[in-house]
Amino acid sequence: MTDSKYFTTTKKGEIFELKAELNSDKKEKKKEAVKKVIASMTVGKDVSALFPDVVNCMQTDNLELKKLVYLYLMNYAKSQPDMAIMAVNTFVKDCEDPNPLIRALAVRTMGCIRVDKITEYLCEPLRKCLKDEDPYVRKTAAVCVAKLHDINAQLVEDQGFLDTLKDLISDSNPMVVANAVAALSEIAESHPSSNLLDLNPQSINKLLTALNECTEWGQIFILDCLADYAPKDDREAQSICERVTPRLSHANSAVVLSAVKVLMKFMEMLSKDLDYYSTLLKKLAPPLVTLLSAEPELQYVALRNINLIVQKRPEILKHEMKVFFVKYNDPIYVKLEKLDIMIRLASQANIAQVLAELKEYATEVDVDFVRKAVRAIGRCAIKVEQSAERCVSTLLDLIQTKVSYVVQEAVVVIKDIFRKYPNKYESVIATLCENLDSLDEPEARAAMTWIVGEYAERIDNADELLEGFLEGFHDESTQVQLQLLTAIVKLFLKKPTETQGLVQQVLSLATQDSDNPDLRDRGYIYWRLLSTDPVAAKEVVLAEKPLISEETDLIEPTLLDELICYIGTLASVYHKPPSAFVEGGRGVVLKSLPPRTASSESTESPETTPAGVPTGEQPDAIPAQGDLLGDLLNLDLGPPASGPPLPASSVQMAAVDLLGGGLDSLIGGPNFAAPPAAAAPANVGAAMGSGLSDLFDLTSGVGTLSGSYVAPKAVWLPAMKAKGLEISGTFTRQVGSISMDLQLTNKALQVMTDFAIQFNRNSFGLAPAAPLQIHAPLSPNQTVEISLPLSTVGSVMKMEPLNNLQVAVKNNIDVFYFSTLYPLHILFVEDGKMDRQMFLATWKDIPSENEAQFQIRDCPLSADAASGRLQSSNIFTVARRNVEGQDMLYQSLKLTNGIWVLAELRVQPGNPSFTLSLKCRAPEVSRHVYQAYETILKN
Amino acid sequence: MIGGLFIYNHKGEVLISRVYRDDIGFFHVKRSNIWLAAVTKQNVNAAMVFEFLYKMCDVMAAYFGKISEENIKNNFVLIYELLDEILDFGYPQNSETGALKTFITQQGIKSQHQTKEEQSQITSQVTGQIGWRREGIKYRRNELFLDVLESVNLLMSPQGQVLSAHVSGRVVMKSYLSGMPECKFGMNDKIVIEKQGKGTADETSKSGKQSIAIDDCTFHQCVRLSKFDSERSISFIPPDGEFELMRYRTTKDIILPFRVIPLVREVGRTKLEVKVVIKSNFKPSLLAQKIEVRIPTPLNTSGVQVICMKGKAKYKASENAIVWEIKRMAGMKESQISAEIELLPTNDKKKWARPPISMNFEVPFAPSGLKVRYLKVFEPKLNYSDHDVIRWVRYIGRSGI
Repeated sequence: MTDSKYFTTTKKGEIFELKAELNSDKKEKKKEAVKKVIASMTVGKDVSALFPDVVNCMQTDNLELKKLVYLYLMNYAKSQPDMAIMAVNTFVKDCEDPNPLIRALAVRTMGCIRVDKITEYLCEPLRKCLKDEDPYVRKTAAVCVAKLHDINAQLVEDQGFLDTLKDLISDSNPMVVANAVAALSEIAESHPSSNLLDLNPQSINKLLTALNECTEWGQIFILDCLADYAPKDDREAQSICERVTPRLSHANSAVVLSAVKVLMKFMEMLSKDLDYYSTLLKKLAPPLVTLLSAEPELQYVALRNINLIVQKRPEILKHEMKVFFVKYNDPIYVKLEKLDIMIRLASQANIAQVLAELKEYATEVDVDFVRKAVRAIGRCAIKVEQSAERCVSTLLDLIQTKVSYVVQEAVVVIKDIFRKYPNKYESVIATLCENLDSLDEPEARAAMTWIVGEYAERIDNADELLEGFLEGFHDESTQVQLQLLTAIVKLFLKKPTETQGLVQQVLSLATQDSDNPDLRDRGYIYWRLLSTDPVAAKEVVLAEKPLISEETDLIEPTLLDELICYIGTLASVYHKPPSAFVEGGRGVVLKSLPPRTASSESTESPETTPAGVPTGEQPDAIPAQGDLLGDLLNLDLGPPASGPPLPASSVQMAAVDLLGGGLDSLIGGPNFAAPPAAAAPANVGAAMGSGLSDLFDLTSGVGTLSGSYVAPKAVWLPAMKAKGLEISGTFTRQVGSISMDLQLTNKALQVMTDFAIQFNRNSFGLAPAAPLQIHAPLSPNQTVEISLPLSTVGSVMKMEPLNNLQVAVKNNIDVFYFSTLYPLHILFVEDGKMDRQMFLATWKDIPSENEAQFQIRDCPLSADAASGRLQSSNIFTVARRNVEGQDMLYQSLKLTNGIWVLAELRVQPGNPSFTLSLKCRAPEVSRHVYQAYETILKN
Repeated sequence: MIGGLFIYNHKGEVLISRVYRDDIGFFHVKRSNIWLAAVTKQNVNAAMVFEFLYKMCDVMAAYFGKISEENIKNNFVLIYELLDEILDFGYPQNSETGALKTFITQQGIKSQHQTKEEQSQITSQVTGQIGWRREGIKYRRNELFLDVLESVNLLMSPQGQVLSAHVSGRVVMKSYLSGMPECKFGMNDKIVIEKQGKGTADETSKSGKQSIAIDDCTFHQCVRLSKFDSERSISFIPPDGEFELMRYRTTKDIILPFRVIPLVREVGRTKLEVKVVIKSNFKPSLLAQKIEVRIPTPLNTSGVQVICMKGKAKYKASENAIVWEIKRMAGMKESQISAEIELLPTNDKKKWARPPISMNFEVPFAPSGLKVRYLKVFEPKLNYSDHDVIRWVRYIGRSGI
């Protein structure tokens, strides 16, 4: 008799019938009925009405029936919490059963019943099972702790289960160890600071021993946990690596990838001169190649990870190009990924082979794949200079095919090749122009327009071509419009006599007929430039452009380092940090590679976060990469091109009204926006710097007595990101004036002059109140300290986070960008004390949903001391009350832009935790005010 | 970790669902008409999830054969029971069929009748170091079968140049041995032979030439990896019955068993002439079997005439291919097929993907040159060893994928 019949009963009155069967005396009939119930449940029918009847069947010695009832319970207990209590007794009884299989079954199922009321009954049986004589029960109980923690974390802590779980790491049975590790790792993710796993050389040794003995899954848990450990020196790292390496031969790909993760991470600590280092590199290649013979889904996971590994350590797979050649029957997602890796591995040694392959791919039928192959040829040309000529001729061959999407892709990549090798392959322009009509995609049209504009002097009919484009100006996409505007201005500057009409036409189209602010802004800039100073216009528009490099498609290094810590996981497949896709902040602890230890320092990667930094605060402090890039494009800044240094105030005035899109137009157009290689790493440095400065704010430093608390200076712009200029600084507020204290150090070999500073619009209108006064040139290795007075009357734009400040500093060498977070208390004004009556009225007036509550922990001050300290930073105590032994301080403060913040600070004598309630009409500042409180009170 | 697991049929109806947490985000694998999907919203170990799904397929196949909608419906109680055991709160647990079958049976569990010793034996096995084998197995005749299965993978450019070739091989063992036998497996691995060569010069001269270079290998979890890493010896206690002992990959000195030489000529717009020659390239005394050559035809084929010297050839319109089958072919022989393909005139712009000619075969040797040198067996308790065990070794070379 098979079970499929249970799926087919769909008669009317079914529930009623089932009810009768469930209450039948005959065991067989009961079991049949329960099976039917489960089948209905599986296909999504609601059979919760049968709850009491099914639970009645629980008291049985038939294990199969018992399991089915348990299954039902797990599904419906949540919807019927009161009735679920009925089952508790049986569970408790089963946990005492002489049969370990039944004890384990009971404890496993209880954990799956996610009902709060049941959890308290679960504690005693669970405690017993964690110490059960049978390993099978213990390993099940270990997982159950994680289940319970998911339902009620507090309960697990209060009951001391975490300690018991920690003890299980030393269990004699490998599977118990593995499950305990898995459970602890998961719990630790929701308590980033708790140091739950408490890994030390002894416990690591135990884990490594268990690693050899446990199941494949257990090995994965242990390896993933090992990867989070920070060895104390390179010798410990090496010894762990030695014991993990054998896992590379495991048949289970996940074990292999997790082992690769541990090795990639700990390798970071090993000196490159070590013999062992090169042995390890050699050992890593074969298992990675073997992963490619797995099933396609796993192959994809492996390829995404290899993509990261190749970027981090290209030497590992540099001889393995051939294994990434695409097979006819690979699924498309595998093909595309292989192609990407092929380009990353391309070098002078193998370029001939790669090109032959790519040319073949470009004649396949799958459109996406063909496009990517064509693009890949262009990337090869940019990456391997010696191959550029062959790449260009290959592309020309492909253009001859006249297949529309091939031609368009080819045009786009040829534009990139021009930007890498200017004035070298212009002979192909004629061929490109022949294919003008077949271009219908915006990217290709924009690329072609750029080419025509850039080489206008060599194309006889450039004006005709551009005029042709201009006819349908309003139907073009923005990127083509922008490009067309720039191209025509270029043309005009090169051939002014014949093209005056054309340039007039495009300027009026851009400024008068367009709704697009970017286009309009750029139009105005050109217009004013051309009308006021054509010579300057020429210098700006036809300025020499920086060459592009192949690095633009690499993953940004800090992200790459973070992703290396997530090898094998979803993050490594998405190439995104977990915080980007995991909801609710679980598991978003920022991971970082270990720094090199003292013995091997000085070689590289000073930019990695020190492992000891408490990472909990970090995500807040670092603005998202994307935002930063986007915002920087709007950064108001005067022309960085040479010329006399402008007085800062005039730069500022000009900046406010029209330099909206100034920066990118100077560099050429939207395709090349975000001045590629130079700008991107600079942002990273800035983000890093600001993260650090924020941390310093919270942890250390001495305050000045006469004014608000001042954090020690932190490095905002490291020298390596700014061609030798290092900037560190802090903010101060003294007697009503805010200033930015800067320390500039010249770490380059040349003299620096012509300093100027600009802020991007920000939330509180902070702006320099005077130009940056550095009169003498800054010679190499010289440091200058300067205090820049700030005003709060600049233009305002809301930033994310609110206290983010983006700064551009220019000198004779270049323009550098960084961003930093300023502590909010520099904005607290001196007249921030509110009248008592007013306070009361305002407090009532502000709706309660605007109230935010925070805890300030570990602050050993008395109420008086706290009040005094806050007062010196312009937080004023309006009233004070003592309620049941607690001191309640009512405080007010005012921000420079007139926003009032009201606070209630609850201080309990003997308790170092303060409770802070904030009310404000602009609730988004509350969090920052709270941070200011913390900073002030703890320093 | 895995938040839930679902099995769907091709219509998207749920056949099995087991939810551990309230999660979203999908991983799925497909077997015939059935989708297995795991969901999560955490940053899980993606490789582990896929490995688990494959393993789950293996376990189900070991219990009730083919994974089909019907079989899943027929065994849904069993599947839930298995799931309960192999995936706890999203954490994969012991998933070795050998161990599972000791206490999850299709006849329902007879746990009530188990003795206490039996129960603790089960639990120690499920959690123990040797989770893949149970104690107390007895055979009247100790016997084992070793199959060396190799598939040859070849990537050729349209010009006939070999771009890359590799053999992916598997050593599959079927063991019917009593007790807890210690086994040691040896093959003509270059590294091992060279190592031994230092001690005994004789052996190097005898076998040194035939040793092969293995690029990489992976092992079943029963093999002691740390021992392989340090001594390169393959020692293990095998599971009972069939399992895959190792997988390996070689790229050097591969014997390609066949050469295929195609010749295509377009005669006007409506006719195509194809000639394919295959040459066998191994010892004349050996016989290749199950040879099948698949010649793809354009989508607008209207008719095909085939002539072949050997075997049977047929045009299969539904598969858009000419399929040429030869039952047996000895080494160093040659055979050919020629075909005339009539095409319908079309103005269809969609290009024909021109899939490559593919070939399947089976040859009784290992194209990589791998040889089994020994398989030593020793059972310390029952005290039988090598010469009491009947061993069978077989080599099969196949076409790749």
